[in-house]
Amino acid sequence: MHIIVVGLSHKTAPVEIREKLAIPESRMGEALARLCSYQGVREGILLSTCNRVEVYAVVDEIEAGYGRIQDFLADAHLSLSSEQLTPHLYWHQGDRAISHLFRVASSLDSMIVGESQILGQIKEAFEVALAHKATGIILNKVMKKAISVAKRVRTETTIAEMAVSVSYAAVELAKKIFSDLSEKTVLLVGAGEMAKLAARHFIASGIRHVQVTTRNPQSALELANRFGGTAVAFEDFRKEMASADIVLVSTGAAHYLVSEDDVQHSVKQRMNRPMFLIDISVPRNIDPAVRHVDNAFLFDIDDLKSRVEQNRGKRQNEAEKAELMIVDEVGVVRQWLQSLEVTPTIVALRARIDEIKQAELNKTLGRLSNLSESERELIEAMASSIANKLIHNTMVTLKAEVNSSEGSAFVEAARRFFSLSDPTVSPVSERTPSSSETCYSSQADIQDIEEVTPRTGSKRAER
Amino acid sequence: MAAVFFVVTMALYFAATISYLAYLIWPSEVLSKVSLGMTAIGFVSHTVALVTRMTAATDVSPPGFQEALSFFSWVLILVFLVVEFRHRVHVIGSFIVPLALLSLVSAAALPETTPTLTPVFRTLWVHVTLSMLGTVGFAVAFVSGLMYLIQDGLLKSKRFNVLYSKLPALDFLDHLNQQSIVTGFPLLTLGIITGALSAEFSRGSYVNWNPEQTWALVTWVFYFVVLTGRLTVGWRAKRAAYLTIIGFAGVILTLIGVVLKSHGSVS
Repeated sequence: MHIIVVGLSHKTAPVEIREKLAIPESRMGEALARLCSYQGVREGILLSTCNRVEVYAVVDEIEAGYGRIQDFLADAHLSLSSEQLTPHLYWHQGDRAISHLFRVASSLDSMIVGESQILGQIKEAFEVALAHKATGIILNKVMKKAISVAKRVRTETTIAEMAVSVSYAAVELAKKIFSDLSEKTVLLVGAGEMAKLAARHFIASGIRHVQVTTRNPQSALELANRFGGTAVAFEDFRKEMASADIVLVSTGAAHYLVSEDDVQHSVKQRMNRPMFLIDISVPRNIDPAVRHVDNAFLFDIDDLKSRVEQNRGKRQNEAEKAELMIVDEVGVVRQWLQSLEVTPTIVALRARIDEIKQAELNKTLGRLSNLSESERELIEAMASSIANKLIHNTMVTLKAEVNSSEGSAFVEAARRFFSLSDPTVSPVSERTPSSSETCYSSQADIQDIEEVTPRTGSKRAER
Repeated sequence: MAAVFFVVTMALYFAATISYLAYLIWPSEVLSKVSLGMTAIGFVSHTVALVTRMTAATDVSPPGFQEALSFFSWVLILVFLVVEFRHRVHVIGSFIVPLALLSLVSAAALPETTPTLTPVFRTLWVHVTLSMLGTVGFAVAFVSGLMYLIQDGLLKSKRFNVLYSKLPALDFLDHLNQQSIVTGFPLLTLGIITGALSAEFSRGSYVNWNPEQTWALVTWVFYFVVLTGRLTVGWRAKRAAYLTIIGFAGVILTLIGVVLKSHGSVS
């Protein structure tokens, strides 16, 4: 079984494609069911945000899994063929996939590194998948780990500070223009993660009037509801802009949405009341020429960032620290994943039983010194027989369930029942059994423990 | 007695001015407390000086230009203290206290003058008081306009220095600017009316179009236009800041005119 991820993000695909692939919350259940119906897909999770659409899955075979998931993504939108998607997609497996998930959760892969919303979105995606029973033991563990890694990154580095500070800087600037924010209106243009974060900061600072406009009227409505505001039609927002004291623009558009004339006009309509414009889009959505308009104050993401830098003074490379943390945590997961493999478990189980049997035999035979050789052998045989019979069912079940979806759960259970240590710690575990491309073929080959010999072939395709 | 208190007041205002100017570039907030303390004690001393002088004056002496300026700086500091305690905008002190000191110093530097209109003291007192109160309003408008332009410039050029962090929000300054003119303008209007009445009583003509009166009227018309523009067509923010700075220059010219006139030909 392999963990893979197939997806696209703001780094690989333009907003037009991302929008098409985005899966609305209402259709999440149906999409998950469809994902799990593909042959060879054991577990699945869908992460769909405005900046990324990703499918995490546990599959039987890597290449086949990649293909199925790409088909799945293409099927989500009729106008897109699987081939059209190819240039925008990325594919990762094993450690790379896990590390990718951890990086996404820790917001190292976000447009604004350090923003916290992605973690919430991952939790949500996980909950939805759990509710639809789309995940199993592996993804459950990995997702939980991703969440805890993200938390660790946030507490042990100041990476989160950056995004928080950027929106804090925006609020702080606003307070130098408006003394009382509670009477002011903020207009959100676009629904970038950073914009939402900044909007939350503004609301926390007392802003009560929120207007939202996005290209998609539905998401504007949803967002407006979330912030207790009103939705504005995207076509009209330039005209309505005059009613907003603070305009926060963050869309994926590749051109200027707000021109100097738009702002000039708005300021005039506002009878010269100051306007605060924040452009946190990359590339910019507000024409920088707006700076020349009197009583309009434009700040873009770089201005805000430099303000933050200035606030902070010297800054360490926190992202680097976070990356190291992720490497560390991926190692932990890899260890756990290895423990789920059947062969080392059987080996360990056998070793454990033998160890117990031998210890008990030594104890008993030590006391019975006047036994004949044949009597001794008889007792030893009985001990072996009891031990083998005791674990026989467990062994058979483990081998039988290897290919079922609950296989990993059985392994986990066996390890706990017999208190088997981590395979990477115990000497037995150093036998890495598989040399072939997929887990199953190698596992199916196991007839008995005796057949399993340590092989130093290629490790499972991890990188 | 009053003279001692005036000297003490001036010394305290001088120290406060130095401290308040240092506050503009020094990041620490301690200076604002020190400056405010000195200003407050100076204000008490100033009040004592003014009261002593008023009670000491047994004869009904006419208000001289010195007293007018001294009164002006007293009210200015009073307004500052009120704004400071209500809004906690310490940096205003860095602008108002020097202005108050300046007017107090010029009052001391000027030789004793006798007012031009001797006969009707009572109306003259009212005229001077009202005009000075109106002038305080314009002075505060000037100060807030100045602060507005500085803050506007800092925000536009994205220079986030110590001054930026100390200056208040733009709309606070704009509001203060408006309030000052809305309060100052009617007071000046009444000041001009009582001035004209005094002139009528003493000379028999309301206006004789001397440069000082002409300037006063020009100033009045200017502020009338500024106020109307603000309330009707949105002459606020940056434009209002510029206009109130220009207007206050007009006020200063008028006052200089008064001084020159009372010095030169006593009509």
